[in-house]
Amino acid sequence: MNPVYKQLLSNKSVTLSSLTLFALVLLAVFAPLLGTIDPAFMDYMNINQGAGTKATITPPGEVAMAHTYWLGTDSYGRDVFSRVIYGTRVSLWVGLVCAVVSLLLGGLFGMLAGYFRAVDSVLMRVMDGLMAIPAILLAITLVAVLGASLPTVVIAIAIPEVPRVTRLVRSLVLTLREEVFVEAAKALATPTPVILLRHILPNAMGPLIVQGTFIAAAAVLTEAVLSFLGLGLPPEVPTWGNVMAEGRVSFTQHPGHVLFPAMLLVPTVLAINLLGDGLRDVFDPKFNRRKS
Amino acid sequence: MNKPVAIDPIFEPILQIANLQVILPSGSDRAHAVKDVSLTIHAGQTLCVVGESGSGKSVLATTVMGLLAKTLKAESGSVKLEGEDLLKASESRLRALRGMRMGMVFQEPMTALNPVMRCGDQVDELLREHTKWSADVRRKRVIEVFEQVKLPDPLRVYSSYPHQLSGGQRQRIVIAMAVILKPKLLICDEPTTALDVTTQKQILKLIAELHHSQGSAVLFITHDMGVVEEIADQVLVMRGGEAVEFGSRDDVLNHPKKEYTQQLLAAVPSMQPPPPKPEPTTEPLLQAQGVGKTYISYNWMGRKREVMALKDAALSVRAGETIGVVGESGSGKSTFARCLIRLIDPTEGEIRWDADPVQKLTESQLRPLRSNVQVVFQDPNRSFNPRMRIVESLIEGAINFGASRAQALRRAEELMELVRLPVAGLSRYPSEFSGGQRQRLAIARALACRPRVLVADEAVSALDVSVQAEILNLLREVQRNFGLGIVFITHDLRVAAQLCDQVIVMHQGLIVERGRTADVYAEPQHEYTRTLLDAAPGSRIAAVA
Repeated sequence: MNPVYKQLLSNKSVTLSSLTLFALVLLAVFAPLLGTIDPAFMDYMNINQGAGTKATITPPGEVAMAHTYWLGTDSYGRDVFSRVIYGTRVSLWVGLVCAVVSLLLGGLFGMLAGYFRAVDSVLMRVMDGLMAIPAILLAITLVAVLGASLPTVVIAIAIPEVPRVTRLVRSLVLTLREEVFVEAAKALATPTPVILLRHILPNAMGPLIVQGTFIAAAAVLTEAVLSFLGLGLPPEVPTWGNVMAEGRVSFTQHPGHVLFPAMLLVPTVLAINLLGDGLRDVFDPKFNRRKS
Repeated sequence: MNKPVAIDPIFEPILQIANLQVILPSGSDRAHAVKDVSLTIHAGQTLCVVGESGSGKSVLATTVMGLLAKTLKAESGSVKLEGEDLLKASESRLRALRGMRMGMVFQEPMTALNPVMRCGDQVDELLREHTKWSADVRRKRVIEVFEQVKLPDPLRVYSSYPHQLSGGQRQRIVIAMAVILKPKLLICDEPTTALDVTTQKQILKLIAELHHSQGSAVLFITHDMGVVEEIADQVLVMRGGEAVEFGSRDDVLNHPKKEYTQQLLAAVPSMQPPPPKPEPTTEPLLQAQGVGKTYISYNWMGRKREVMALKDAALSVRAGETIGVVGESGSGKSTFARCLIRLIDPTEGEIRWDADPVQKLTESQLRPLRSNVQVVFQDPNRSFNPRMRIVESLIEGAINFGASRAQALRRAEELMELVRLPVAGLSRYPSEFSGGQRQRLAIARALACRPRVLVADEAVSALDVSVQAEILNLLREVQRNFGLGIVFITHDLRVAAQLCDQVIVMHQGLIVERGRTADVYAEPQHEYTRTLLDAAPGSRIAAVA
């Protein structure tokens, strides 16, 4: 077996956090089977109910059924439990897509800037400019300009991360391009795109994956913050931030409406960050597999 | 040269190691880093421990200093410094002994010194730690020692940072730190390996002088038989953690008893070039004329700064011919090599691969021609992509020149046989090969696209002598089989003597001498060539081997 996998499996924080994340993924995938109802369904008869309220409901297009509001309902009569469970989908999705988008863009810009001197100065000044704007402000501005929807929120969260990834990749490429094996590939007439993709990128992957996990964790948090502020996804979309924003009004009566999403948000972010830490332990120093 | 020092047997030896065993962590390739080694050094004596990489010679030195890595443990035996057992000494006692009673000189002076501390302060720190002298006295003593180790302008050096000094000067600082408290034992762990030969000669002379004037004992670790001949009174040959042979220098070098010692000595290339081959008369495969490289940079004020790395360099290689380019670090020989294979763009001059002038071609115009000239680099650890299986590296070249994957794979298998490595090795990663094997792989990769000229940039410098001999034989063999022209860049005059038909001597970016190897070695014309040949350690080894 590849020694890296062995190391990954023996690393406690990697295994622990992977298990946690796997459980969250199961939660998201099997949300419809976990005693939930349509998270957008509003029960006018049961508004602002406490945890454990039993009711008979008739979701549109279905027959009347008995349902227990395990965590009560919000001020529109929506099932908080269902909204929180379905919120896992949004949060994990936002975290994953934001990480992938910012790694792709940042990776591309970073490789260009690191390998081609001419691109470097122009591109990096643009990145410096972006870095000067606080991430959350930039995200708020982008949402305001583009309008609130899932793709725009993802873009709004991913864009501020791009310069950070660009810088990381650029610095990695700057050292890797001087490596002897890159020179050897050049001498073998290997075309430049192939050098970048086969010789440079795989050797920069370790730090890049680590950075990706941290971005994913930050993205989950930022999405929650934006939603909580009412600047993220539209209020009907079930996200943890939206549920908390909704629950804030009635916090004294139903603290669970804020605490329950938080109890999922915290382990999610913690697990992703822990995964990043574990991966960094395994991948750094860069060539720790090399025998002396 | 060493003067014989009378040993008074009544005096206790400075260092006495008895039956020392150092165990390696479980899962290593052997159980002991050092196995049952005993030795004795008296005052005024130099004992050289010589061996190839992995022989346990450095572990021996670090055990004496009490600086063993945490994963290693001295299991049994004793290490006595003037009668005091160091293996039983506490950490604080060892700290007091280091510097005071034993000093150490390391291989790489840049890493032994703190880069953000002035050199004078670093030496001063030792005095502050071990003496109660006032600041004035300490400063005077430091400057005195700087003079003693022959540093130019000691006052300036005192307030310089390590990066502002040359490699040789930095090593002098490290030596100054090792000897300032006049320790009874000086441990030198490959102190000249990272240095040029001319600097090495000066440093060896300095160590010999210091140890005679202070009457201390020296434990000198080296892999270089030449250095052993220069400096040793006694020699301990080590292999795989065990002592192979122990004896006086003349006995071990001139009448080695053990087969391994004989092999080691035989592997040291002789300084005597073999009789010249008849010169080939074919057309040159690679030609360079008036090649120069100047690096131009601008500071933030826009002021231009020019650094001349290479000027007016020329050579021509024909089929079956080996041209050596010798020089010390900074001589421009690597710049020249990289210009020849167009990995860097020369600022002036003409380079022809076969008949095509290539100095002005862009990378994409150059690509179809690249199969003509291939390269083997120095560092076998870094010349393969660590994330790619060997097979991918070996087929890359052939595929770039239009071969199908199946053809390239067949070629790769042929190449593995050619460099005498198992074909099964193709599916392994570079980290699973030893340095010598990786250098074989590098040669295989270079041959994949059937080049006509091979540029070897210090291709055997990072290898042990016995491995080095194998690689040199392999190079000779592929040259014979394929009629290759070879440009061999090296700092090692012995290797150049054995391999090259012609040599070019470079100094500070300029070619100072060129000619047939036998002629240059027999009658060097240029002053610098004479200095270089003179500095090569162990001039008598050749007669022995």
